[in-house]
Amino acid sequence: MEQIKYVIKDNAGIHARPAGLLVKLAKEFESSITIEKDGKTADARKILAVMSLGAKKDDEITVKIDGNDAESAANKIKEFLENNL
Amino acid sequence: MIIIKGKSVFKAIAIGKLAFYKRGKQQIKRYHIDSVQDEIKRFQKARDSAVSELKKLYDKALKEVGEASALIFEIHQMMLLDDDYNESIENIIKTQNINAEFAIGTTSDNFSQMFASMEDSYMRERAHDIKDISDRVLNKLLGVEFDFINSKEPVIIAADDLAPSETVQLDKSKVLGFITLYGSSNSHTAILARSMNIASVINANGILNDSYAGKMTIIDGFTGNIYIEPDDATLSRLSAKKALEEEKIRLLENYKGKPNITIDGKKIEIYANIGNISDMAAVLKNDAGGIGLFRSEFIYLESKTYPTENEQFSIYKTAAENMAGKKTIIRTLDIGADKKINYFNLPHEENPALGYRAIRICLTRPEIFKTQLRAIFRASAFGNISIMFPMITSLCEIQKIKEIVKEVQNELETENIPFNKNTELGIMIETPAAALISDILAKEVDFFSIGTNDLTQYTLAMDRQNQKLEEFLNPYHTSILRLIKLVCDNGHKNGIWVGICGELGSDLNLTETLLSIGIDELSVSPPNILPLRKKVIETDISKIENKIF
Repeated sequence: MEQIKYVIKDNAGIHARPAGLLVKLAKEFESSITIEKDGKTADARKILAVMSLGAKKDDEITVKIDGNDAESAANKIKEFLENNL
Repeated sequence: MIIIKGKSVFKAIAIGKLAFYKRGKQQIKRYHIDSVQDEIKRFQKARDSAVSELKKLYDKALKEVGEASALIFEIHQMMLLDDDYNESIENIIKTQNINAEFAIGTTSDNFSQMFASMEDSYMRERAHDIKDISDRVLNKLLGVEFDFINSKEPVIIAADDLAPSETVQLDKSKVLGFITLYGSSNSHTAILARSMNIASVINANGILNDSYAGKMTIIDGFTGNIYIEPDDATLSRLSAKKALEEEKIRLLENYKGKPNITIDGKKIEIYANIGNISDMAAVLKNDAGGIGLFRSEFIYLESKTYPTENEQFSIYKTAAENMAGKKTIIRTLDIGADKKINYFNLPHEENPALGYRAIRICLTRPEIFKTQLRAIFRASAFGNISIMFPMITSLCEIQKIKEIVKEVQNELETENIPFNKNTELGIMIETPAAALISDILAKEVDFFSIGTNDLTQYTLAMDRQNQKLEEFLNPYHTSILRLIKLVCDNGHKNGIWVGICGELGSDLNLTETLLSIGIDELSVSPPNILPLRKKVIETDISKIENKIF
C-alpha cells in the first residue's frame, strides 16, 4: 500500500475543478484510492465525497492507495497534487 | 390574434414559434409506485439523458469558450454519475416505494444542505451545483423540455429575464428573437440581442402565459409589438417588412472593405465592442477596423473560480491573433455593480454603481489584477494589443496602475518571457470626475475611450437599470455632450486619440455631432459597424452646424 501526505497550497483548496480532475485521474487506476482529512475519509472516485472533505489551503490530506497498480497511481497522484493543489 | 406591447431594444423582425425559457422550479409530487425496478429504470434513463445533454454542452463550450470554461459541464456529469448520489436516490425509491422525482428532490436537498453547511464560502456555493444537476434530471422526468440543442427549428425565446450564465448555454443558431418580462435597454439580454442582430422586446407584460408556448409569434422590433397567432394580414405585412430589412442589410455588405473617410477627408476608426471570444466571428464578418472594447469580465463570469494566467493568456492571444495586427483593446476586469461573480465574495451593497467595482477591486486585490495583466502582456507578443482601465476617477489611480504594470513588466523581463514594451495604456472616461480632469489625465496615458453608458448614469444621477427612469433619461443631454467635447479637446491638446465605446457611439442620430466634436474612434457592437461606416462616408464635417453648445 502506498501513502502520500500532502499539505494543500492552492488558495481555493480542493474546489470543484481539481476535485473533478482528481476523480478523473483516480478512475484510471484499478487500485482503491482514498483521501483522508481530519479523520474523514473519501473514496477518490466519488466527486461529491471528495468535495465534501472541504480541504482548504494549509490542510493536510493523506492519500492511501492499495492494489496492483498502486505504485504508478501514487506517482501520478503525487504529480497531480503538486501541479494542481 | 393577441397583441402584447413592449419596448423594443433592437429594430428587426422575428417570425417563429414561441418557447419559454424556464428554470427548474417544478412542483414535486410524492406518490407510491407499483414497481420499484421500473421506477429505478425510469430514473436511470432520465439521468443518462441528462448526462448526454451535459456532454453536448461540454463539447459546445469547448469549441466556443475553451476547456477551462467547459470543465464545469464535465464536473456536472461526474456529479450526476456519483455513486453516493445515485445510491441515495435508488435507496429512497426502494425503501419508501415512491416516485423518482421525490427521491431526487430529497437527495438533492440532503446533498445541497451538506454543502450549504460547510465553512468555506466557495464550497457553500456548490449547493447550487447539486440543485442544478438534480433539476436537469427532473426536467427530463417531468417532460419540461427546454433543450435548445435538441430543438429542431429555431424559436423565439420568452423569459422573465436571462442571466449571463444562462445565455452562454444557449445555442445562438436556434434563437430568432428574445422577449422578456423585465429588463432595461442595457440589460444583458438586450445587449446580447443587439450583438446577435436579432429582434428583442423587453417589458412585455403578459408574455409569460403558458398557453402561448409553441404558438406562431411575430416580434416587430420597430414598434415593440408582439403578435401571438397573427392573422393573415399581419403576417403578410410583417413578412414583407422583414424581407425589406434583410435587403437593406444585404446592401450594407457593399460597405465592406471601404475606408471610413468622411466627404471632407477625415478618417474615423470604427472598432467593435465584444463581450466574448465567440463574438470574434461577428467582428471579422462585419469588417471591424479593430476591437475597441474587449470586455474581459466574461472570462471571470464563465468561470467557477478565479481564471488562471494561462487560461486568460490563451483567450487574449486568440483574440490578438485573429485580429492579425489590427488594434485589440482589452479592458481589464470590470465587475461589481450589475455584474456579480460569486467567488469574488463581494459583500452586498446598497448602492453598487457607486461602490466597490472595476479598478477599485483591482487596486485593492492586486493579485487578481497582476494575474490578468501578466496574461495580457504575454499575449501582447502575438498581436497589436492595448490595455484600457475602467472607472478611473483620479490621477493617483493611474499612478498606482502604472506601478503595478511596471512590476509585471519587470517580472516578465526577469523570466525572459516576451511581451510588447510599447503596449498602449489607455483609460475609460466614464465618471464626470475623470472628464473634468481629463487635461491632467491626458498627460499620463496613450488614449481615452469614453464610456457613455456609465458617464450618462453618473452625470444625470440616474440608475440605468431602473425601468422607471427611462422616461427621464435623455441620452442627448447637453451635459453629456459638453463633457464629451471637453474630454476630446483635452485629449487632442495633449496629442492622444479619443474614442467612444458606449451606446451613444452607435446612435446614427448623433454621429454628425460626435464627428464635429472631433471624436477619432467609435467602438460599437459588430452589427452596427457597417451602418456606421455608411453614415461616416456620407458625412461632411465641414458642413455640420454646431448646435449643441
